[in-house]
Amino acid sequence: MTLAHLPVLVVVVPLIAAPVTLLLRRPGAAWGIAAAACAFSFAAALLLAAEVAARGPVSYQIGSWPPPWGIEYRLDVLNAFVLVLVSGVAAVVAPYAWRSVAAELPRDQVYLFYTMYCLCVAGLLGMAATGDAFNLFVFMEIASLSSYVLIALGRDRRALLAAYQYLILGTIGATFYVIGVGLLYLMTGTLNLADMAARLPGLQTTRPVLAALAFITVGVSLKLALFPLHLWLPNAYTHAPSAVTALLAATATKVQVYVLLRFYFSVFGLQLVTETLPMPEILLALSLIAILSASLVALWQADLKRLFAYSSVAQIGYITLGISMATKEGLTAAVVHLFNHGITKAALFLLVGGIALRAGRAGFDRLRGLGHSMPLTSIGIVIAGLSLIGVPGTAGFISKWYLVLGAIETGRWWLAGFVVVTSLIAVAYVWRFVEAAYLSAPGKRTPAPGESPPVMLVPAWLAVAACVYFGFDTSFTVGTARRAAALMLGEGP
Amino acid sequence: MRRFLVLRVVGKLLIPFMLLFALYVQFHGDFGPGGGFQAGVIGAAVIVFYALIFGLPAARRLVPDAVVESMVGLGVLLYAGVGVAGLVFGGNYLDYFVLGADPVSGQHRGIFWVEAGVAITVSGVMLKIFYMFAGRRRALEDQ
Repeated sequence: MTLAHLPVLVVVVPLIAAPVTLLLRRPGAAWGIAAAACAFSFAAALLLAAEVAARGPVSYQIGSWPPPWGIEYRLDVLNAFVLVLVSGVAAVVAPYAWRSVAAELPRDQVYLFYTMYCLCVAGLLGMAATGDAFNLFVFMEIASLSSYVLIALGRDRRALLAAYQYLILGTIGATFYVIGVGLLYLMTGTLNLADMAARLPGLQTTRPVLAALAFITVGVSLKLALFPLHLWLPNAYTHAPSAVTALLAATATKVQVYVLLRFYFSVFGLQLVTETLPMPEILLALSLIAILSASLVALWQADLKRLFAYSSVAQIGYITLGISMATKEGLTAAVVHLFNHGITKAALFLLVGGIALRAGRAGFDRLRGLGHSMPLTSIGIVIAGLSLIGVPGTAGFISKWYLVLGAIETGRWWLAGFVVVTSLIAVAYVWRFVEAAYLSAPGKRTPAPGESPPVMLVPAWLAVAACVYFGFDTSFTVGTARRAAALMLGEGP
Repeated sequence: MRRFLVLRVVGKLLIPFMLLFALYVQFHGDFGPGGGFQAGVIGAAVIVFYALIFGLPAARRLVPDAVVESMVGLGVLLYAGVGVAGLVFGGNYLDYFVLGADPVSGQHRGIFWVEAGVAITVSGVMLKIFYMFAGRRRALEDQ
């Protein structure tokens, strides 16, 4: 019985955990509930992914109202994969938060942190699980509103400004999304995504549908921080508490990428997006600028957290670059990179959070000689950094490999060259850390020798290990991504 | 505010009827305009009205902060609990059909508790916002 209800329980358990943590009011109990809920969701997501891989899409009718009238949760290879990423990162970050949040937040706010954490996770999982356009909007708001609060909890007063910036831009993004959905509802009379896709042919070149595509593209691009709509991201990531940065960097933008993929390929359809409209060209141009400019800006940052925040903008560029190819290799690269970049950034921000705990902040002046005072943290950042660059033997290599394949497949050798050359910029910014940590004498502000506590180090190293593991065993990541790409291109499940 | 006798007496006279109106909007929501959200706002407005006449400290004694915060969580929990009840009685999540002897009474019962949850959370959130804004100067002075 329970197994049949997993598609909804994966979302509902963190959602119920949120008010429970609020009512308990005790930091320890709140943490326990939040961590248990995230662990449950992760287990459920894994079971669901196995189920979907074995038996095809799973459909769940909320309130027993049949679709298209009721809300349907519909899981296929693509969103089951996203569920695994989101719940997995949430389950790894939750134990880490125990010490990190206690150190960074006033004690009376800690239980509220876990309330917001559960809500944010429930929102992100709900966005991935639902098959209803308006329900997706509701979950988008749950995830966004809770992430504004989570960012504003940062120690620095600048966190308030960063959260406010994100609030304004995020609200514009969500509004644009809902305007697009409204226009689609106007034309099709349905909110169920699958039903919408079935009714759209024939209406595709009407002006409201084109306007809907434009609104949804801009709205979701704002949320996924596609250049030039990324301005909220560096500040938000820099000033948020460490655990929040790790969670959001690894999941929030990735779920938005999924929403874009879902609308482009499952709702509007390949033909409208790639042949009738110049979306591939627009996405390609924006992705190239994002990769190049954000990587270059990252080079000059004085703070490691901010450096990786800019690198996130560049890495999102690689994902959208894969989408812009709209071929099997390109989409495989996009979906694989969505996952691989998620775990890489989770590892990096978790480790940077450990530095922040010991050194106060992660400015480069405090990183001098860190290789000696915090050896495990430093080597972890180097390994995850290699994955960020795309060195063979790490998860990042797999994504870059499929991107290059996709570029060659479409006959664009210059694009393959571009991917390789821009990876060199990543080498340069990761090298800045190596230079500070290993080749500089310890400065006055370097923390005294001593690692961050095991409860933080172990989750971070789990993520680092995942970066290496998925560089060798690609049967789960690439296998799922290939099937998802085939699904999106309409080549059967 | 001690001096405004008319306000105090009229306020005390009106408050029971305002609360009654909130309950009317809540329970008549099935048949006419209204429902949990509107009733929750009216219920919170009663306390805001009380605070305007008798002062914020009196309102905080009447409805303490801890109660307000619990209301925020309790309403959501009640709503989600109705969903889980659907699971327990053998239906899907938020399935009201299985909650009563026949589907119609089940739907009736389900939406009744869901609306109750909405009312509790909405009035809790409204009061929390009011307390935070109204108590802002005091909080700053305390620092």
